[in-house]
Amino acid sequence: MSPKQTLVVIGNGMVGQHFLAGLVASTAKDHYDIITFCEEPRVAYDRVHLSEYFTGKTAEDLTLVPDNFFEEHGITIHLSDRAVTIDRAQKQVISAQGLVVHYDKIVLATGSYPFVPPVPGHERTQCLVYRTIEDLEAIQTAAAKSKIGTVVGGGLLGLEAAKALKDLGLETHVVEFAPRLMAVQLDEGGGAMLKHKISALGVTVHTGKNTAQIIDGEQCVHKMCFTDGEELETDLILFSAGIRPRDDIARASDLEVGQRGGIVINNACQTNDPDIYAIGECALWNGQIFGLVAPGYSMARTVVAHLSDQQQAFTGADMSTKLKLMGVDVASIGDAHAKTPSALVYTYQDGRSEIYKRLVVSNDNKYLLGAVLVGDANGYSTLLQYCLSRIELPENPDSLILPPRSDQSVGLGPDALPDSAQICSCYAVSKGEVCAAIAGGCNTVSALKTETKAGTGCGGCGALLKSVLDCELKKAGVEVNTDICEHFPHTRQDLYTLIRVESIKTFDELLDKHGRGLGCEICKPAVGSILASYWNDYILKQEHVGLQDTNDTFLANMQKDGTYSIVPRVPGGEITPDGLIVLGQVAKKYQLYTKITGGQRVDLFGARVEQLPLIWQELIAVGFETGHAYGKSLRTVKSCVGSTWCRYGVDDSTGLAIELENRYKGLRAPHKIKFAVSGCTRECAEAQSKDIGIIATEGGWNLYVCGNGGMKPRHADLFATNLDKDTLIKYIDRVLIFYARTAERLQRTSVWMENMEGGLDYLKAVVIDDKLGLGAELEQQMGHIIASYQCEWQTTLQDEQRLKRFRHFINSDQADQNIVFVEERGQPRPAKLNERRHFTLVEEAGA
Amino acid sequence: MNSWIDVCAVDDLQPDSGVCALVGEVQVALFYIPKLQQVYAVGNFDPIGAANVMSRGLIGDLNGEPMVASPLYKQHYSLTTGRCFEDAALSLPTYPVRVEDNRILVGLSHE
Ligand code: SRM
Ligand SMILES: Cc1cc2nc3c(=O)[nH]c(=O)nc-3n(C[C@H](O)[C@H](O)[C@H](O)COP(=O)(O)OP(=O)(O)OC[C@H]3O[C@@H](n4cnc5c(N)ncnc54)[C@H](O)[C@@H]3O)c2cc1C
Ligand code: SF4
Ligand code: FES
Repeated sequence: MSPKQTLVVIGNGMVGQHFLAGLVASTAKDHYDIITFCEEPRVAYDRVHLSEYFTGKTAEDLTLVPDNFFEEHGITIHLSDRAVTIDRAQKQVISAQGLVVHYDKIVLATGSYPFVPPVPGHERTQCLVYRTIEDLEAIQTAAAKSKIGTVVGGGLLGLEAAKALKDLGLETHVVEFAPRLMAVQLDEGGGAMLKHKISALGVTVHTGKNTAQIIDGEQCVHKMCFTDGEELETDLILFSAGIRPRDDIARASDLEVGQRGGIVINNACQTNDPDIYAIGECALWNGQIFGLVAPGYSMARTVVAHLSDQQQAFTGADMSTKLKLMGVDVASIGDAHAKTPSALVYTYQDGRSEIYKRLVVSNDNKYLLGAVLVGDANGYSTLLQYCLSRIELPENPDSLILPPRSDQSVGLGPDALPDSAQICSCYAVSKGEVCAAIAGGCNTVSALKTETKAGTGCGGCGALLKSVLDCELKKAGVEVNTDICEHFPHTRQDLYTLIRVESIKTFDELLDKHGRGLGCEICKPAVGSILASYWNDYILKQEHVGLQDTNDTFLANMQKDGTYSIVPRVPGGEITPDGLIVLGQVAKKYQLYTKITGGQRVDLFGARVEQLPLIWQELIAVGFETGHAYGKSLRTVKSCVGSTWCRYGVDDSTGLAIELENRYKGLRAPHKIKFAVSGCTRECAEAQSKDIGIIATEGGWNLYVCGNGGMKPRHADLFATNLDKDTLIKYIDRVLIFYARTAERLQRTSVWMENMEGGLDYLKAVVIDDKLGLGAELEQQMGHIIASYQCEWQTTLQDEQRLKRFRHFINSDQADQNIVFVEERGQPRPAKLNERRHFTLVEEAGA
Repeated sequence: MNSWIDVCAVDDLQPDSGVCALVGEVQVALFYIPKLQQVYAVGNFDPIGAANVMSRGLIGDLNGEPMVASPLYKQHYSLTTGRCFEDAALSLPTYPVRVEDNRILVGLSHE
């Protein structure tokens, strides 16, 4: 066996790491000792998702390197050390820290750096860039001292940076030299629509602006002076004016570089020195730099193949992109600017819904060459496949961008795609490979991800992946059982429809007509919930009481020792001193453990079942109502203090929260529902983590839907902006009833949304455009719920028969001896097992 | 041998739901299923949750066997044998029930 050669990889970024991972999985690994230089203080991380660092991800979360990767594969890594030159005559790499390493082959994966225009003043403090974790740390520190932030550059990255600044609470500006945003990807119409939408979100966009100099500001740290004489004061400047390839080491080593930078490579990704390859953003292929990760990965695979003596050429890459910028969908495919000679262009613009779509089609009207989508990128996967797989277009290509007419459905099912169609561009996974994995037993998206890696990069192909999976499973005759349980051969949605259409009012009636057996703890509460959200009867009525979960049966939450907690409603979290005093007095009288909840109200714990009516009597006497903390129903509407007191508030968030909580209290649903209302974009009420979130803006209320805290947090989606109150309420009515009708049991709105075919756009179509013609009916149903509201505790206290249930024993007034409290921090808590034994002994000794 | 103890009237039971009775020193959960014309009696102590709460569980059937689901952690127990569906090592004690003159009698065995 020939002795091993030395392979030096310069740069451990996204592409460098992808190359290493591919190499150690290939046959070439046995022929090389591998050394890598990593200039940054940490190993490769996911730059594509870098912004998530601001939303809670840590540097560790973003890492791309599995634990022990380097040790396991015998790779030597030099962290925080930059390779400075390559002595090609001696075949040595020399590093900044003075290391001299022999090489046989080199892979340059040095990436790029943010271009900072040489404007006088660009080197002032708080003038930053957006590329590394260190950059983000610097931005965070600077933002904490700033009120206004400005991004220079309105491209893809610039807008992402603007979102980050906005999320950090800064008044945000974007300054773009070109006459439109995202000039590389979008045409004029698309750019204009995007500008309009982003401005509506509170980011000020200045296009066609050239910065002449940056000097000391009067109110802020800086003043930017533009060539047209205008000025902008800002505390922080983020340059995002494009990237430049890191070709310094190539220049120092006399490798060929392009006129405007970039290390020149051939189809095998070799530089003009055949022992040196270049891949990723530093490489210049056919006069092009690729500023996306997928082409870099493809280059990495090419080099792995080349080193394994296989033929594989890099032949360019598709630069189509789809992303969400501040909640706005933007996508660009292929020849978006219609540069192909005599291409045909179709444009569709919907001024009201702020949607812009453009198709670029070949001269014979047969093939899609490019597309631009702003405001609704739903058709992206389909259009991309038309373009990449050269699938012949329908007779009227514009049907692909026109809003669907009710009776026709245009689109491209996954079935129509050829096996060669690329499903995941990050990992170059074809439809054929996905289908093979499904045939091999992968029948969930997560299994497919593990098996093929598809979907584990940017995640953009997730929806398509799922639809291929569903379609294949269906073809294979795999039927997923969606019955709610063994007692009903129906889904929850079916049951809802049956109850509605047949006017069914009780569980027994439903069971007789459509089920079998006695029911169980799955179907009973589910049907109980449907009946409640449709008819809204008193839930402890004789015919309903057996359907309720324990908590609903006793209108309180059962604790681990069989005692209960009591949570009175405190709408919007606003409570009078007298209200607080009563809560304190009641808690003291019944010796209840007292705690402020995460939902801005007070929870009283440790009530015995027989004490519940007594306690509620006292609370109701002073005007408290049940807080439904036990129900799958509206919980709280959190509020911030809003414009009444807060110096930043732009509207009365507390007032609205109280109004909404009173409107929707008592509404039962497939799962609990939480709201919040914030008075301004600082978002102190955390509305974007709620099922329904509302944020005040200068122009009205912004509505967010389907957020979730809990086990799997989900950021809410922006649903509509600048609404007046009536429209806001109308939309919420419709969303909630539509949720009650169509969700699975115990499905929060977040998961409901994630599983909804058509997603956010579909929900918007149903609620805003009333696509199903259901709007009035949904509102009417909500009207019925609101009109039939009752405080369940008040009703219960008036019902002798019901109250009989609130005793521990049906035949004795004794209390449950098993309930024992001890004191901690001045309050009672349930005794632990060992403490309880001790207690019983003492009692016996005394008896 | 059993001694029969009168605990309550039939009307005191909750149809399709449960109540707890103190039978001698023992806490017994009573469930009334009108559809089967049956009253079941099992122990009120939840062996997993370690609390006296079984009478507050939801009832129904699994594969035709009448059962109660623990209100705390949702394990199912047979109402006829007391056996836990999820863990063969666990069971609730069961008690015989008689209905006489609209009164419910529960049998406690004495060795
Ligand atoms: C009391 C409280 C904790 C506290 O001390 O602050 C609490 C306590 C309980 N929560 Fe919670 N949650 C409380 C706020 C929250 C919040 C924060 C919020 O609402 O802002 C969350 C995350 C937000 C969210 O729901 O999106 C939260 C997410 C959960 C979850 C996970 C839900 C999910 O979608 O993943 C559960 C489990 C469930 O519902 O299935 C849960 C379940 C529970 C239960 C009901 C567990 C149980 O079955 O016994 C707890 C019993 C309360 C009781 O006995 O009184 N609790 N819980 C809070 C009551 C708020 C209120 O005033 O009503
Ligand atoms: C905020 C942000 C969002 C992005 N979003 C997307 C997106 O949605 N989709 C997408 O496709 N792309 C996106 N990109 C671009 C993507 O991150 C890059 O295409 C990708 O990181 C390129 O990988 P690379 O390995 O070529 O460069 P890098 O990841 O930059 O890695 C190069 C590494 O080499 C190091 N290095 C350079 N010179 C030397 C030397 N001489 N010695 C040692 N080490 C050296 C650098 O410090 C760096 O760590 C985004 C980029 C950013 C910054
Ligand atoms: S969210 Fe509410 S409390 Fe927070 S700063 Fe804005 S108005 Fe003030
Ligand atoms: S396309 Fe990026 S993960 Fe599949």
